[in-house]
Amino acid sequence: MKVKTSILMAVILAAIMLLSVTMPVLAADELSVDTGDTAFIIICSAMVLIMTPGLAFFYGGMVRKKNVLSIMMQCIAVMALVSVQWVLLGYTLSFGPDVGGVIGNLHFLGLSGVSILPSPDYASTIPHYVFVAFQLMFAIITAALISGAFAERMRFSAFILFVLAWTTLVYDPVAHWVWGGGWLGQLGALDFAGGTVVHISSGVSGLVVAIFIGKRLGKDRETIVPHNLPFTVLGAALLWFGWFGFNAGSSLAADGIAGLAFLVTNTCAAAGAISWVMAEWLHHGKPTVFGAVSGAVAGLVAITPAAGFVSPLSAVVMGIIVGPICYLFVSRVKERLGYDDSLDAFGIHGVGGTVGALATGIFASTAVNPAGADGLLFGGLHLFVVQLVAVAGTYVYAALATLLILKVISLIVPLRVSNEEEEVGLDTSLHGEDAYGYDDIGANDRLVGIQS
Amino acid sequence: MKKIEAVIRPTKLEELKTALNELEVRGMTVYNVMGRGLQKDVKQYYRGQEVSVDLFPKVKIEIVCPDDAVERIVQRIQEVCRTGNIGDGKIFIYPVENIIRIRTQERGEKAL
Repeated sequence: MKVKTSILMAVILAAIMLLSVTMPVLAADELSVDTGDTAFIIICSAMVLIMTPGLAFFYGGMVRKKNVLSIMMQCIAVMALVSVQWVLLGYTLSFGPDVGGVIGNLHFLGLSGVSILPSPDYASTIPHYVFVAFQLMFAIITAALISGAFAERMRFSAFILFVLAWTTLVYDPVAHWVWGGGWLGQLGALDFAGGTVVHISSGVSGLVVAIFIGKRLGKDRETIVPHNLPFTVLGAALLWFGWFGFNAGSSLAADGIAGLAFLVTNTCAAAGAISWVMAEWLHHGKPTVFGAVSGAVAGLVAITPAAGFVSPLSAVVMGIIVGPICYLFVSRVKERLGYDDSLDAFGIHGVGGTVGALATGIFASTAVNPAGADGLLFGGLHLFVVQLVAVAGTYVYAALATLLILKVISLIVPLRVSNEEEEVGLDTSLHGEDAYGYDDIGANDRLVGIQS
Repeated sequence: MKKIEAVIRPTKLEELKTALNELEVRGMTVYNVMGRGLQKDVKQYYRGQEVSVDLFPKVKIEIVCPDDAVERIVQRIQEVCRTGNIGDGKIFIYPVENIIRIRTQERGEKAL
């Protein structure tokens, strides 16, 4: 019996060993889905999506109450428009096989060739569909971010045309440059979760639109103040939460780098909130809630390109740097230069993204992530130079392409609403709705029932 | 008959209502208003952009009463609403020509 059992055991063992030798070969032939990675990235995708309605509240609180629905509608419209554009055309332009380092070809047009199996080129442990969905959420939030720059004055039809043109002609190519096998990725630029692709591209383009379309009426006479800062706090909370999916998910696996990205994201947001509030406290004598959430978002922006490449201590330093720089920009520099970036899309995303991209070239360390590179602080000059090139290239392309898009659209439809529409507010003039109808005399249904 | 209009600090409204109840003054109309008197502007900062707040939230309370009740009521309002600091508000007194209670069509002091 004993002999028979041990023979049987030996046979089973041999079979297992044989299998384990052949298994990897099979796996290499047909990439297999890792359930842990897949579950993680699906959840992260949903978290990145919630950032856009979060942004609707973040921005919605900052505008005057006559325009809160219009900015929220812009965020919702981006979710709808870019989701369809991405499936039809956007994904293949960003992630299709490379054409000359600048754009993807039409191989994945309409997502043909994409399946439930992993792609051999991207995120080889999760279904290709999941990769498509995750990347889509980035395309959505990026286009939505721009709307902060021209809030309270853009015509909705012009906005629709702008979003479709911008996501196709600016976001898709720039995403390809960095993540789709394009020239910046080949050059060795590090952008973990979208410092250049998401924040610089949207911030710079927002600045161009703000200048092109002109200031809001009355901007020179008075300071336009937020109508509901608790909305802005709610939005910032959703952004901070969603950003974990944004940055940790950019590891494209439930692994150690995702864990690092998660931690440094939180650290830099916190340090950004502290440094912004300290700056304004010293400057004007009061620590504001608006400053605290703005600083947190500036910190989140700054860590985005660096999240998988820097240590938590470096994240503290980055947060301390980015808060005062963004504060200075939105409080002083904007005023001096005289443009009306309504909600500081450039002041926080453009400037914070630039700080983050360059800081990645300083603080990145191969001791933290061997797949990254060494920044200035760790003896690497090359990376810093490449980061400079990435920033400059994104600035120039985003600005010129946005300008061209605006020129063309302005031939089709006026970009701005009329002065009368702007004075009445975009909610009623563009959408025929009031956010707070119960403010009106005679519309106070809530109190009808308790009259004596 | 007289109408007393008092512009007061919003924080004093509940206390004043209680005090006027003791004088058996029940009828009143109350508004949220904005206004300014001798107060200095207050500076606020939104992302470092300065905003000068030069209108302050106040509550305006209107009471109509017989001529002989005016002094009692005005005294009581001052007792309750005076803090001694700038921003305590003002009281205005106007003559009232007539009063009509819509439900009963009563006129004059009977309608009070």
